[in-house]
Amino acid sequence: MDLRLNRTRRASALAALVTAGVLIATGCSSQGGKKAQDASDDISAGKANTPRLKIAMITHAAPGDTFWDTIRKGAKAAAAKDNVDLVYSSNPNAADQANLIQNAIDQHVDGIAVTLAKPDAMKGVIAKAEKAGIPVVGFNAGLDNWKDMGLLEYFGQDESIAGQAFGKRLNEVGAKHNICVIQDQGHVALEARCAGVKKTFKGKTENLYVNGTDMPSVRSTINAKLRQDSSIDYVVTLGAPFALTAVQSAKDAGGKAKVATFDLNKTLVAAVKSGDVQFAVDQQPFLQGYLSIDSLWLYKVNGNFSGGGEKPVLTGPAFVTKDNVETIAKFAEKGTR
Amino acid sequence: MTQTTTPAAATPPASPTVHKARTTERSLIRRTLARPEIGALVAAIGVYIFFFAAAPTFRQADSFATVLYQGSTIGIMALAVSLLMIGGEFDLSAGVAVTSSALTASMLSFQLTTNVWVGVLVALVVSLVVGLINGVLLIKTGLPSFLVTLASFLMLQGANLAVTKLLTDNVATDPINDMDGFDQAKSVFASEISIGGVDVKITVLWWLFFAAIATWVLLRTKFGNWIFAVGGSKESARAVGVPVTFTKIALFMTVGFAAWFVGMHLLFEYNTVQAGEGVGNEFYYIIAAVIGGSLLTGGYGSAIGAVLGAFIFGMVNQGIVYANWNPDWFKFFVGVMLLLATLVNLWVRRQATRR
Repeated sequence: MDLRLNRTRRASALAALVTAGVLIATGCSSQGGKKAQDASDDISAGKANTPRLKIAMITHAAPGDTFWDTIRKGAKAAAAKDNVDLVYSSNPNAADQANLIQNAIDQHVDGIAVTLAKPDAMKGVIAKAEKAGIPVVGFNAGLDNWKDMGLLEYFGQDESIAGQAFGKRLNEVGAKHNICVIQDQGHVALEARCAGVKKTFKGKTENLYVNGTDMPSVRSTINAKLRQDSSIDYVVTLGAPFALTAVQSAKDAGGKAKVATFDLNKTLVAAVKSGDVQFAVDQQPFLQGYLSIDSLWLYKVNGNFSGGGEKPVLTGPAFVTKDNVETIAKFAEKGTR
Repeated sequence: MTQTTTPAAATPPASPTVHKARTTERSLIRRTLARPEIGALVAAIGVYIFFFAAAPTFRQADSFATVLYQGSTIGIMALAVSLLMIGGEFDLSAGVAVTSSALTASMLSFQLTTNVWVGVLVALVVSLVVGLINGVLLIKTGLPSFLVTLASFLMLQGANLAVTKLLTDNVATDPINDMDGFDQAKSVFASEISIGGVDVKITVLWWLFFAAIATWVLLRTKFGNWIFAVGGSKESARAVGVPVTFTKIALFMTVGFAAWFVGMHLLFEYNTVQAGEGVGNEFYYIIAAVIGGSLLTGGYGSAIGAVLGAFIFGMVNQGIVYANWNPDWFKFFVGVMLLLATLVNLWVRRQATRR
């Protein structure tokens, strides 16, 4: 009995193994997948022979966000080129982010690139970095504060200007009533975008708060809002993943409302191409990450800084529409746009 | 887990007199080893040695000050939370309560243009009342504290944002650093003291001070005995005349006090407060208390243990950054380190109580 049981078990294990092998061997996908991805090269521009530098990049990002990943890729590309040891860390909590900056100072890094989403909270510790002789550049958030805080330079988008440009574009496409979906209630930059849209948009703008960490709830909240008020013809989202969810919500609700969004990712580019999403405003996160590191390197090796310490370097708003999406799609495929 | 609870809670009052020489000699070592914080101490030393070896920057004195600072902001809350847990209850609202307190102080002084100390005092009252309400609700409804404080957690989280938005039309409070009393309050809650050339945040000293008070209360006062008693068994505590209602409410108000203190630190250190912050921190407080040897079931634990738990947490949090490990794995590493620390703690305690 025992023996026979063993034998049948072994036989079935063998059968499973063979089937799996056959499946792997014959089941190759002719397109897409890791192979296709590997085929396209990463951005690289050789490597500088300047002395090795250690630069810390400290952001207010929550882990696992496509947008911040693109920033990090930009930073990595610049670090690889400039012979820089990149130390990346992030924490959405102001006090913890400040502590991470202190951590970088303790490590005696050669430069710090930081986002100032909560500028007042960073003031003290950035002054310490400057006292320790570490050059600091700002990026992504902190447009109004970088100069006062003595930062070298700033790379980013003016959220309010981007919002206003967005509102104007909505006017051009003939929108009458939009909802501005805020995925993180209480986020200053997001509120600024919606306020910007409201400022220039001639129709009605309404803010809708959703719980950004729970996609099913985002989907149903937008759906519910669309059903509740059928005059809404545009859904404005503030991040690429939410735009894609909003597309589904709009379909659920009958498909009348169109979707346009801030920020970009790979899937979103495809959605613009297919017409699911009308347009996107890109603040070019890759560029922000890249320039932050590259500029620190340039400052260290040649004393240069952009904007003359007076003006920020704007990386957006760059509109992505059906007309120019083809060129961008190439880069987005690699996850660098 | 429950078998290990009895000895420490019971040891202090019951010192035997009969076989004096034998028992005292043994029980001294045994009593030290069976203290709830010994496991945490071993774990803390282990984590320290680990990062000392793994991260060169970790060895510097100023890095250690950064670690202590991170430990202190978690640790002050963890102290109050561990007292509450010894008393057999949870407080899930502790994380956002810190933000509530800071928001209250900041907005009140700004909107009414008063001396910031007015805001600080009102915030203290508000924080204590939040604790009081948590306690009273718990006693009156008889619901588990998990549920009651989950409700207050959600309500505070919503109120933080809604009230801030209502008053400031923004999601962060206006800066108050140019108002009367700010510098004074900053020196109390958020100054830095140079010790041997290293800047140490004053919260570290407050942390140790509060730990000393909490230890004294737990081990040397009647109230301390009450805490152990209500956490061990509410019914028998009541039967022997322990004022259960008073003790539990007082413990919730202690958490309120700690939330106020940390909230004031955040306000005066960082000048403005974001309405959405503090969510999730309640778990770190509970984790610190548990690493420190407090039982989730109540009746057992110590204040020093909570200090060590928060210290371990601070070391792990900053140490991983000092060691320059891949940030994608950050949370994973934190989890592993905490698990190891807790296992060491458990193992040491088992060894100590078995003999």
